[in-house]
Amino acid sequence: MSQVGVTGRVIKDYSFRGVIIVLCLLSILPLLLILIYIVKQGISSVNWGFLTRLPRPVGEAGGGISNALIGSILLIVIACLCSVPVGIFAGVYLSEYRRGRLAYLVRLSVEVLQGTPSIVIGIIAYLWIVIRVGSFSAFSGGIALGIMMLPVIVKTTEETLRLIPHHLKEASLALGVPYYKTILKVIVPAGLSGIITGILISVARIAGETAPLLFTAFGSPFMNFNVFKPINSLPLLIFNYATSPYAEWHSLAWGASFVLVVFVLALNLFARMVARRWKVQF
Amino acid sequence: MQGRSESIFRGGLNLAAAAMVVLLLAVFVTLLVNSLPSMKEMGWRFLYGRTWDPVSGTFGALPFLLGTLLTSFLALLISLPFSLSIAIFLGEYLKGGFISSLLRNAIELLAGIPSVIYGFWGLFVLVPLIRGLEMKLGVTPYGVGIFAASVILSIMVIPFSASLAREVISLVPADLKEAAYSLGATRLEVVWKVVLPYARSGIFAGILLALGRALGETMAVTMVIGNANFLPKSIFSPSNTMASVIANEFTEATETLYLSSLVEIGLLLLVVTTIVNIIGKYIIRKQTVEV
Repeated sequence: MSQVGVTGRVIKDYSFRGVIIVLCLLSILPLLLILIYIVKQGISSVNWGFLTRLPRPVGEAGGGISNALIGSILLIVIACLCSVPVGIFAGVYLSEYRRGRLAYLVRLSVEVLQGTPSIVIGIIAYLWIVIRVGSFSAFSGGIALGIMMLPVIVKTTEETLRLIPHHLKEASLALGVPYYKTILKVIVPAGLSGIITGILISVARIAGETAPLLFTAFGSPFMNFNVFKPINSLPLLIFNYATSPYAEWHSLAWGASFVLVVFVLALNLFARMVARRWKVQF
Repeated sequence: MQGRSESIFRGGLNLAAAAMVVLLLAVFVTLLVNSLPSMKEMGWRFLYGRTWDPVSGTFGALPFLLGTLLTSFLALLISLPFSLSIAIFLGEYLKGGFISSLLRNAIELLAGIPSVIYGFWGLFVLVPLIRGLEMKLGVTPYGVGIFAASVILSIMVIPFSASLAREVISLVPADLKEAAYSLGATRLEVVWKVVLPYARSGIFAGILLALGRALGETMAVTMVIGNANFLPKSIFSPSNTMASVIANEFTEATETLYLSSLVEIGLLLLVVTTIVNIIGKYIIRKQTVEV
């Protein structure tokens, strides 16, 4: 081996490291660009009036996004109501009956559901609810989002409860506590922080979902509290206004994007804080 | 009394678990039943027909199948060097420390941004840039099109392939690497000849999961792809993907055949993403057993 060969290899090694670092930096560049752009475009339109007023028609400045905020909250509440209880129960089932045919099938179903494109969930909610009821509604949108939350909740619940040692359960059963009380009063509370983290993560995931709402919640320029009527949500409003040709609506959409990004990132951070602070450990 | 609550509780657990399976089955059955009219009318022509014309009632989904394939694979191609670099950097060069966790968190944040915002940003920042590029290249400067969609998608899928690849790369046993170092290998040679071959199936699984994500991505793509129901002529031409055509046309579809054709596209999309995801998860599971 000549000295030149070794030098060449060392140079290659260094340049490889350089390339890796440059590519890494380049790949977080979009994140920075997107965040900076949204803050730059959005923050100027966000103020109290923006959050409390209704959108105005084209040509009038100073509309707000209050209906979309209320709509998003309503949709998230509906989604949570129909997915959290079932999801936690199914998660408990998976952690209790680890082997067995049903457990295998449930695990497979949850995985397939998790990978299901959100637009397909939208079609499902449309075919199941919108056609039957005869109109777009917050209810159908909430169901669609709920279906999207389910896999995340089931999985995090299962994973959390698996970490809880057997002796906790055995101690409770040995004291004569019935099985269902052991689960509900010992096991689930012990893993509560993990379960809550899962719920928060899934809410963060659906808060920005647009595709399943296009033909379920549909969107509406009015304030609406009736869950059987079309309703607006933040991502829907962003989509509708971003693709419109009007500059006023664009700036409204930038403002809404800013609010949505702040909300989603805050939820993610909060979820991570919950996971770290009240870590499930024994 | 006690026994009764007990059995109710166990029943509830079973019911919730069974509900997952029933839900998935119901999804498939619903899609299948509702796409029957289109299957009957169009048959296999649905898959290779080039004309999508709701007015005359001809529904060939080939342009959308092609659009989806092109955007997804182009996106993977663009994102691969980046996600692999992140994985190698975080899994091999810099496993701990402040910068490492900063980078990791940044990548995770990237995954948390809603897709409609990617689309919005793409429409107002990326599309003008691409239009400029197209003018330089001398192709019709649409701006929107397959290329724009692929770039946005590639940014969106980086976190998915990177995080899995990082995990498998960091799991490569130290004694393998040390053996290579002791033979005088440089770090590049260790990464290239030991780490990557060892982690290759995990990296592949990560790419599959990213593909599953790219195939079904709707909003960002819909906003920048230009919505043209023709066979794409080049990677710069406007097109439509399976997901974006559903998003665009579903609310307009009033006739049974039209609606049913869109549902059939949804069914196809679900079947393809499911297969891709299941293969990916299968590889991951095999790998974790090995390690």
